[in-house]
Amino acid sequence: MYAFEYHRPSSLDEAVALLTSEDIKPLAGGQTLIPTLKQRLAMPEALVDLGRIEALKGIRKEGDAIVIGAGTTHAEVAASEVVRGAIPALARLAGLIGDPQVRNRGTIGGSIANADPAADYPAAVVGLGATIHTNTRTIAGDDYFQDLFTTALDENELITAVSFPIPQAAAYEKVANPASGYAVVGVMVAKTAGGVRVGVTGAGPCAFRATAIEDALARSFTPEAAKGVAMPADGMNSDIHASAAYRAALISVLASRAVAACGG
Amino acid sequence: MNAPAKTVGTSVKRTEDARFLTGRGRYTDDINRPNQLHAAFVRSPHAHAALGEIDKPSAMDVPGVVAVFTGADMAADGVGGLPCGWQVIGKSGVPMKEPAHPPLAVGRVRHVGDTVAVVLADSRHAARDGAEALMIDYDPQPAVVHLADAGAAGAPQVHDEVDGNVCYDWEIGDQAATDEAFGKAAHVTRLELVNNRLIPNAIEPRAAVGEYDPADGSYTLTTTSQNPHVIRLLMCAFVLNLPEHKVRVVAPDVGGGFGSKIFHYAEEAVVTWAAAKVGRPIKWTAERSESFMTDCHGRDHVTTAELALDADGTFLGLRVKTLANMGAYLSTFASSVPTYLYATLLAGQYRTPAIHAEVKALFTHTTPVDAYRGAGRPEATYVLEKLVEKAARELKMDPAELRRKNFIQPDQFPYQTPVALAYDTGHYEASLDRALELSEYSSFAERRAASEAKGKLRGVGFSCYIEACGIAPSAVAGALGARAGLYEAAEVRFNPTGSVTVFTGSHSHGQGHETTFAQIVADRLGVPMANVEIVHGDTNRIPFGMGTYGSRSLAVGGSAIARAIDKIIDKGKKIAAHMLEAGEGDIEYKDGVFSVAGTDKSLTMGEIAFQAYVPHNFPHDKLEPGLDESAFYDPGNFTYPAGTYICEVEVDPETGHVHVDRFTAVDDFGTIINPMIVEGQVQGGIAQGLGQALLEGAVYSDDGQLVTGSYMDYAMPRAQHIPDYRFDFTCTPCTHNPLGAKGCGEAGAIGSPPAIINAIIDALGPLGVDDIPMPATPLAVWQAIQDAKGGTARAAE
Amino acid sequence: MSIPISMTVNGQPVSGSVEPRTLLVEFLREQLHLTGTHVGCDTSQCGACVVIADGVSVKSCTALAVQCDGSQVTTIEGLANGATLHPMQQAFNDHHGLQCGFCTPGMVMSAVDLVTHAPNPTDEDIRKGLDGNLCRCTGYQNIVRAVKAGAEGMRTGMGG
Repeated sequence: MYAFEYHRPSSLDEAVALLTSEDIKPLAGGQTLIPTLKQRLAMPEALVDLGRIEALKGIRKEGDAIVIGAGTTHAEVAASEVVRGAIPALARLAGLIGDPQVRNRGTIGGSIANADPAADYPAAVVGLGATIHTNTRTIAGDDYFQDLFTTALDENELITAVSFPIPQAAAYEKVANPASGYAVVGVMVAKTAGGVRVGVTGAGPCAFRATAIEDALARSFTPEAAKGVAMPADGMNSDIHASAAYRAALISVLASRAVAACGG
Repeated sequence: MNAPAKTVGTSVKRTEDARFLTGRGRYTDDINRPNQLHAAFVRSPHAHAALGEIDKPSAMDVPGVVAVFTGADMAADGVGGLPCGWQVIGKSGVPMKEPAHPPLAVGRVRHVGDTVAVVLADSRHAARDGAEALMIDYDPQPAVVHLADAGAAGAPQVHDEVDGNVCYDWEIGDQAATDEAFGKAAHVTRLELVNNRLIPNAIEPRAAVGEYDPADGSYTLTTTSQNPHVIRLLMCAFVLNLPEHKVRVVAPDVGGGFGSKIFHYAEEAVVTWAAAKVGRPIKWTAERSESFMTDCHGRDHVTTAELALDADGTFLGLRVKTLANMGAYLSTFASSVPTYLYATLLAGQYRTPAIHAEVKALFTHTTPVDAYRGAGRPEATYVLEKLVEKAARELKMDPAELRRKNFIQPDQFPYQTPVALAYDTGHYEASLDRALELSEYSSFAERRAASEAKGKLRGVGFSCYIEACGIAPSAVAGALGARAGLYEAAEVRFNPTGSVTVFTGSHSHGQGHETTFAQIVADRLGVPMANVEIVHGDTNRIPFGMGTYGSRSLAVGGSAIARAIDKIIDKGKKIAAHMLEAGEGDIEYKDGVFSVAGTDKSLTMGEIAFQAYVPHNFPHDKLEPGLDESAFYDPGNFTYPAGTYICEVEVDPETGHVHVDRFTAVDDFGTIINPMIVEGQVQGGIAQGLGQALLEGAVYSDDGQLVTGSYMDYAMPRAQHIPDYRFDFTCTPCTHNPLGAKGCGEAGAIGSPPAIINAIIDALGPLGVDDIPMPATPLAVWQAIQDAKGGTARAAE
Repeated sequence: MSIPISMTVNGQPVSGSVEPRTLLVEFLREQLHLTGTHVGCDTSQCGACVVIADGVSVKSCTALAVQCDGSQVTTIEGLANGATLHPMQQAFNDHHGLQCGFCTPGMVMSAVDLVTHAPNPTDEDIRKGLDGNLCRCTGYQNIVRAVKAGAEGMRTGMGG
């Protein structure tokens, strides 16, 4: 690790005030950032530790949505009675991230801000139609992920919370990379008042909605309908663990299993 | 006084656990010396490059950096290359090529991770900063990375003096007889396969601390080694030219080895040498990414094999051609792995009368390849057991029955195979039958139907393995090219108050020797286990040692202890005869008590030990004081553990995921000292075999970068990947060592991969898939299914 | 830049001064000389470094020491009660849940955390709960047995 300075603000305003340049990085749970620093793949001048900002923590039900503070850990989401009652698929997703120790420190805000193409939460943001709250504005989930590790966030804009509308039914299915635990493909299928949503992570440069499958499921919310859609391999990720064609095939398979899990 | 209850054959809990469970283990990285410097090694980012100027000031300018050394500095001191301990003589008597392997590269780098320079600094951070700052002029050159390319005309040369990258071209067996067998075969089964390259990944990264004491000119190297005496010998005699009596090598608690910590590595020599250069202790601990690049890898074969059978399935002949990857340099035992530890095992458990094998070893611009758990024997078992299973499929015979038909029969031992080895004993049908029973093979069809009803494909696969362990009888090893004898040493020392200190040349890094060896000593000498201390891993305390590998510690190291115990008992009889005023021939020994035959006169072992050290009235011309004996045990033959493994898998055809649903292992390890520890060894071995079959595989890019260079991409077996196994043992005791033990450390890794792969092929048969590569990842399985469907998915890619 | 920190480690108040880049595991091993916590990888995956911080298991190689300022930390050295092993430690001994011992401290700490949050785990719960810990020696079967027995011991307050 290269040397850096360290700040530990206790309020959001204080944190934002410290984030004055692109070389000063926010530190959330650190489960991606610290390994990156250890590999000397990043050289920040300073880290601003968000871990002691109470305003970023907590899970609450607000109307028809579940609002999760950005500093909430994956383990807290997985174990939350509020989440398990309203969106069990989201609790299940959180419980499939990384391993128990990663879930004990990694946070939803950190994961979504980092936008790893193989992270799990992006499938939920897109698949459930979440809203990202930042220190300056709100961003619709559909507009948030833009490309590989690229989001709609401005430089040093901080996520404060994520709100997930409660669906009629939803399920998350994932094929995990056996080495890293990341999603080779993860699919969140949600039945909502506004229609069926299918959020996909791991398959492309960033999370996206599989609209062809959404259309098929709008006609017939059955596993067979999802499986019947042949997703194109063009633009899918390809690496030693999964070819583009394999990922494309998995999207339909996992979507069909998610539909089955929704009772479809 | 009653002797303590016998412990051999019982699952005594491990005595070493207490320190490990409370955080008091003492591993190399736990050791710090006053005034120590930290070493960071500068490693090549290129697979192949000419090495130009190394600008030392660029690193020396970094705060905290104390020294920078390069290959030129070591060469100027007359430092030699890292040696290979086994000479293979190829066809027509051509000896293997042994290109120089300097600890720090000279002139050229030959794999990503090749060691170029060392930076010494006051802190780990400073050393790493210095290593990163060191400016090195590399001239990258074309690299040959994949084994299949290494022998091609025009392939880049790894070493100028090694034409065509051929280290050796070797053969074993009777080619004419084998050709004749194929000439009269009713059926020939042919197979091409790759044995995937593995990265050992002991969880403790390698580490070394070098010290030099100018007061007496002595050196101490503390290192993560399976065989500290061998390291001392190789480092002193070949690399640093130091007198052995001035060098102490200590291997304290070592966090797993699996072969990868047998070898003499560059870092060990460098920290020892540099400690004297700078006059300060030097500490180095590998980061995991360094382990991936520099711990010797395992396996990496490409093989074609053919089995000739007559019309009713009797094996007539076996023909095998293998390419073996040596990597960029010859590591310590690299040359022996694909020859004497591989091709000699191709008879397996069968009476195949004619076998011919050819092995061509090639250099590539990759990390050196050497022994990894099983070392050659997993490769042989994979070839043979995949081939036999394929023959059964082709002949539409039950794979268990085809094997049974060809087994060497119990009354045929000792059995001379056509490939050098003479098996002393075994009963292969007994293991097979027990495994069939334990796995509930007879009801497999019902389970297959149940899986089908869930949309899953179930398959069953077999593997009847044999291994040659207890490495090795020196006479045989020497005849085969080993540059050392492979005996083992032990010293058994009674202390005056009756406790026993045992010094063994074997090294325990997970195998539980402190318990198993103490059980043997306690039982034979009639002392409680708590009064027995097992000392290992220090060249200054132990007479000599060849170390731990090749499932040899009990069969060879344990036998050396047994021999030393015999000498103790003989000496005890002399003392007892003197004390009891009887003839030595009248003294009987049993369970810790010496008695005069036919009388009630006796002395306990403890009393004898005390007298040995308080010899007030010993006849000095006839009886020396003391009770301390040593023995060197050189085995008469290898030992031949064998067994049957049966695997059942369930495959999800939509995702390609393979679930190992049940795994049955029945092993014959001869006499077992501690069943709990033996079962643990098998469990761990199977996990590594399962890793090879389903998860693990080193992948290099075409330009020689290690793609699987971390746990992000190299899939290690985790608790979720592993099923509960079903175990049992059969027993035909080894006929030629005093313990009857055969060795159990590698069996699991040797026997399991073909059972798993055969099961997957069986499962996928209905879809038209007839082969699957290792590792059978979900992608590989899914792709095989698509290919069998007609390649539509691949075309769409 | 050095930052003063203090925390409670194995029930004892400790303090020190660290660079911000100092990892919790480096603070434990190098400043407190608690070498039972091990480092087996550099990508936060092997789990040899797992300790319990503020009631949950964490990888001490993936937390900065400064982040743990004020925390309650338990390492493998703090588990036993004098000469009496913690039920989980005892269960690992009873069921041969360790071989070389290097992964063992992290494995035991993860197991203790697992059972603390799920007192009666199934085999599957245990296998999933140990997803953050690599063992190369045992093949895990005896670890699973040990954790099951350790859970029983923790429930009843007895050794495994």
